[in-house]
Amino acid sequence: MPRYSAFAIAREAFRQHSGWTQAWKSPEPRNAYDVVIVGAGGHGLATAYYLGHRFGIRNVAVIEKGWLGGGNTGRNTTIIRSNYLQDPSAAIYEKSRALYETLSQQLNYNIMFSPRGVMMLAQTEHEKRGYLRTERANALQGVETRFISPAEVKKLCPIINLDGPRYPVLGALWQPRGGTARHDAVAWGYARACSDMGMHIIEQCAVTGIERINGQVSAVNTTKGRIACAKLGIVVAGHSGALADMAGFRLPVESVALQALVSEPVKPCMDVVVMANTVHGYMSQSDKGEMVIGGGADGFNNYTQRGSWHHIEETVRALIETFPMISRLKMLRQWGGIVDMTGDRSPIISKTPLGNCFINCGWGTGGFKAIPGSGWAMAELIAKGEPGPLAAEFAMTRFREGRFIDESVAAGVAH
Amino acid sequence: MLVLTCPYCGITAEETEFKPGGEAHLKRFGPGSSDADYESYMFNRKNPRGVHFERWRHAYGCGKWFLAARDTVTLEVFGTYRAQTTTPPADLVATIAQKRPDWEGV
Ligand SMILES: Cc1cc2nc3c(=O)[nH]c(=O)nc-3n(C[C@H](O)[C@H](O)[C@H](O)COP(=O)(O)OP(=O)(O)OC[C@H]3O[C@@H](n4cnc5c(N)ncnc54)[C@H](O)[C@@H]3O)c2cc1C
Ligand SMILES: [Zn+2]
Repeated sequence: MPRYSAFAIAREAFRQHSGWTQAWKSPEPRNAYDVVIVGAGGHGLATAYYLGHRFGIRNVAVIEKGWLGGGNTGRNTTIIRSNYLQDPSAAIYEKSRALYETLSQQLNYNIMFSPRGVMMLAQTEHEKRGYLRTERANALQGVETRFISPAEVKKLCPIINLDGPRYPVLGALWQPRGGTARHDAVAWGYARACSDMGMHIIEQCAVTGIERINGQVSAVNTTKGRIACAKLGIVVAGHSGALADMAGFRLPVESVALQALVSEPVKPCMDVVVMANTVHGYMSQSDKGEMVIGGGADGFNNYTQRGSWHHIEETVRALIETFPMISRLKMLRQWGGIVDMTGDRSPIISKTPLGNCFINCGWGTGGFKAIPGSGWAMAELIAKGEPGPLAAEFAMTRFREGRFIDESVAAGVAH
Repeated sequence: MLVLTCPYCGITAEETEFKPGGEAHLKRFGPGSSDADYESYMFNRKNPRGVHFERWRHAYGCGKWFLAARDTVTLEVFGTYRAQTTTPPADLVATIAQKRPDWEGV
């Protein structure tokens, strides 16, 4: 595979760009693989990548029912941060954020990581105390965050209204190395690197059944035929319940719609990410100039990738309060994704009742930021059959054992 | 926007008047039950693609909890019924079975 570089662009400029090749191949599936991953979202692709990169396991297929990255990975608002409260969360999200820092170089693919800083506004006394606590927790965890004053908030984000009609800004939890990245590029970059290692990425191929013998998975049935595997990884976000059903177990997961929207592009007016969890909305500006907006998830089970209109209204209302200047902006597009919510709002990276089947899900409204770290931890689990330190706490047995990783209080808004 | 009918006060309204409450007909396991039963009651869910029985509350109306049958893929509401039952009413089940021949049943 030819490397991407400034030199390559110059070379291609002299020959009508005729030398670029497909970023990843589209092979027909073989009959069997060492590892089959279901779901070519960011988490599935990153899992495959680190299986090859860290453990030398390359006889791998990633099977995707639609197009690569067409699930939540291509539908999210790309916020990257690691200022979580609980230790296991901070560990995996910070690992992930750190991997993002050099991912473009690592993959030789520009994922446009932009550590522009993320602030979470404190708009009630309760929220302020909560973030002061998180700041202390983050200091112990080695995650760089700082609680900043309203004046600092205003300096970092001049378009903000500190004295909103309902909730004045009392400060913010600021993570200077949080930010955004280009979501599709993360999926594409991993896919290209996987393909380069000889892995098969099989798009337009839905898994329809899971064959089991003596408590082990022997093969998956797909719309392109039966594919045998020595190990199976299920990484399908909102569709985890359906895959678990095929594998004969149940999950502590419910699928609901989460929406986002973008405005018409405007001149640069905001170079940080702002999250307002009390009024329930968040916003950043994309490199194209669109204001990227998100808010709360719907409350009912849904597989339509289409959310309820009133949630958009609530989100926009909250953000107009926070950023009065957006009140005249026209919205360009709106869409939804199906997110997989667990009881404690933390993910699952886990063994399953089937010996050679592993599952990664439950990232819900906030798993884009976790793609590299999650793939890193999931690859280790699949390769060794046992979780490493990053994944161990995220076993799904925690619900039975009462060892919750409760982030529902810490992260009031969906992001 | 879902449109639901409250089986208590008979009002038909948009979903903003109601609050969703998750899977219906869960069998409650309390103190003294096995860990597995308690876990499945508290956390594990069917989360089906298709027919779903679920709880709703008429939050901005009469305030009562009721139950609904709905398709999570098409968002079609098959019907609503009162909460004082451990299984969906037979006529509703028959309607769903007719509309969704592949449905595995309650
Ligand atoms: C509107 C919105 C905003 C968000 N904002 C943020 C944010 O700002 N920051 C953040 O960190 N996170 C955010 N998230 C969450 C984030 O998008 C997800 O947690 C993350 O992308 C999940 O990645 P994934 O690879 O697990 O799932 P997906 O990208 O959904 O990939 C799963 C794949 O599995 C495939 N699949 C499903 N069933 C089958 C089958 N039977 N056979 C084969 N393939 C199958 C699907 O087609 C899909 O491509 C947001 C989500 C949404 C919807
Ligand atoms: Zn009523």
